Amino acid sequence: MTTLTLAKALNAGLRRALADDDRVVLMGEDIGTLGGVFRVTDGLKAEFGAHRVVDTPLSEAGIVGTAVGLAYRGFRPVIEIQFDGFIYPGFDQIVAQVAKLHYRSRGNVRMPITIRVPFGGGIGAAEHHSESPEAYFAHTAGLRVVACSNPADAYMMVRQAIASDDPVLFFEPKRRYHVKGEVDESASLADAPPMGVATTVATGRDVTLVTYGALVQTARDAALAAAEDGISIEVIDLRSLAPVDYATVAASVRRTGRLVITHEAGQQGGVGAELAASITERCFEYLEAAPVRVTGHDIPYPPAKLERHHLPDLDRILDGVDRVMGRPNSLSGVEA
Amino acid sequence: MTPSDRDATGLLTRPEPFVQLVTPTGERRANAEFDPWIADIDLAAIGRLYRDMSIVRRIDSEATALQRQGELGLWPPLAGQEAAQIGSARALRDDDFVFSSYREHAVAWCRGVQPAEMLSVWRGTAASGWNPFEHNMAVPQIIIGAQSLHATGYAMGLAWEGSDAASISYFGDGATSEGDVNEALVFAASFDAPVVFFCQNNQWAISEPVGLQSKQPLARRADGFGMPGIRVDGNDVLAVLAATRIALDRARRGDGPTFIEAVTYRLGPHTTADDPKRYRTDDEIAEWRERDPLTRVLALLEASGVDSAGLEREVTADADLAAAELRASITTLADPEPLTVFDHVYAEPNTHLARQRDHYTRYLAMFDEPGAGASDRTEGTTR
Repeated sequence: MTTLTLAKALNAGLRRALADDDRVVLMGEDIGTLGGVFRVTDGLKAEFGAHRVVDTPLSEAGIVGTAVGLAYRGFRPVIEIQFDGFIYPGFDQIVAQVAKLHYRSRGNVRMPITIRVPFGGGIGAAEHHSESPEAYFAHTAGLRVVACSNPADAYMMVRQAIASDDPVLFFEPKRRYHVKGEVDESASLADAPPMGVATTVATGRDVTLVTYGALVQTARDAALAAAEDGISIEVIDLRSLAPVDYATVAASVRRTGRLVITHEAGQQGGVGAELAASITERCFEYLEAAPVRVTGHDIPYPPAKLERHHLPDLDRILDGVDRVMGRPNSLSGVEA
Repeated sequence: MTPSDRDATGLLTRPEPFVQLVTPTGERRANAEFDPWIADIDLAAIGRLYRDMSIVRRIDSEATALQRQGELGLWPPLAGQEAAQIGSARALRDDDFVFSSYREHAVAWCRGVQPAEMLSVWRGTAASGWNPFEHNMAVPQIIIGAQSLHATGYAMGLAWEGSDAASISYFGDGATSEGDVNEALVFAASFDAPVVFFCQNNQWAISEPVGLQSKQPLARRADGFGMPGIRVDGNDVLAVLAATRIALDRARRGDGPTFIEAVTYRLGPHTTADDPKRYRTDDEIAEWRERDPLTRVLALLEASGVDSAGLEREVTADADLAAAELRASITTLADPEPLTVFDHVYAEPNTHLARQRDHYTRYLAMFDEPGAGASDRTEGTTR
């Protein structure tokens, strides 16, 4: 075991993937000489060369589109999108090409492309630097969408994403890049839980609290705080947003009877909406209360001095917990 | 006399020179720079190029007929662009890789794709017609210009592997306004990618004249991206062949990308759903018919002592046979099985889609039960 930050764990995972398979190439803006604006690819160009760790022109469509061509040639491109809000120029290539080519070619052309996206807010950044665009991609057939929340998962999941023959949108919680954790660098891909499996990070009896990415830590803190009030919260780190591991979530909800979902992204059409609907379909007769979503507002990401009024935090999550518990809460007495 | 770049809006009026080795009347023009690249193309080889062009024109007209008769949902005709496509595709090696748009039927023909495979996607029986790796030709692209980036990425991979193969991207004049094409030109130049950007300027992007896309000849744009631009008579199969060979040679030598503008004309509609009478005149079409890519080759062969009438008869018979075979195979293509709708969305097992597939399987199974056929179904009886 080694203690690594989440960013260093990603770096170690990428290094391992580059070493294990010479068809793996990293592409992105500033990822080579600079090592990425978050230093996730630090040192990899020096170690593997400019043809394996490629500084590209500033063109997201260009990066994704050339990765498609490289995948046609048998490469496994790993793209870094510098910030969440910069992904949209590459959106067409992702949803119209990367996502569909395996289907359109009747299974002949594989698109083992990993698209790494630092996502989410909480770092006081300028506009377009704090977004949570994951639902666009979870909505798109042909893509897999995952989000890591801790160094151990970051190390293993990025390797799994690269090894996957399907394209993977890989969301990295940028405000947790510097969180440290134990990483087993000797672990083999075969021994790790599959990327599509959710993890129960805290067990509980009363409420199932589902989240992913940066909010996993917040949710764990909320569970500890709730325990002091005698409420037992089970926290599930979803990890995979498409497909969702409904077996794990449904099993938990059948025990607790209550579901709270929290994410930084807006509510409308979000991952939480799909989760609430699907769990209601599967577990309706087990539910003691309607599922509750605690999400970012349906607004453009606000200026830094306002982001604490946008991002779900411990208290807003606990308010949502109070709602499913039927305890006094911010919406007590308000028609649903 | 070269065709002018005049367009319907009159934006471009200046005649712009291009490389022409065979005039519309079939005269061979000497060109010291380009002639060496087709020194091996003797009269027999020219006859074969004529044969290619004739057969694809016949397949193309058969496909239009099949669409009119309800056998295809849609067809994008290539008529008029035979020389641009055959001349460039016949310059390729088998191990080169083609990334095309949806109109490059003649390129697919040269890559060994069966005409019925080309048409299956337009009949709606398959998501694509052929395995790209059997013909080294990608799934044709509908999103305008997107394939130019794929060709560039493929070529970057070739260069990193040390291969001397190349890729070629086919796109039209309209695509040159797309960001993807411009970004592909940037990437290709930056990485010296062995890719040929083959732009068929057929004058029209559906109803929009080329002058709306560009105030200057498209080939001139190449200079701004740091690569050579060649402007060639796209209705002259020899000139196109020579230009493409030059570009491929540059690519193989590691000298990077080349942009070719093949000046041609779409004689037919954009697709069978289009009505070109709304945006262009009969006079314009008549003018371009005089520059037909096939007739000039026959005239050249005739002037060179070849029995062109005999060749035409022989090739027409072959073309009619190919059309008949195409009709026979396309009209008997069965509809795909319903559950194949779920096939190949993912390369690996996917729990979400497996569940959806299972649910739809159960739904369909209801209609297999006696007395539960779709025709018997009334509101509420299946719940």
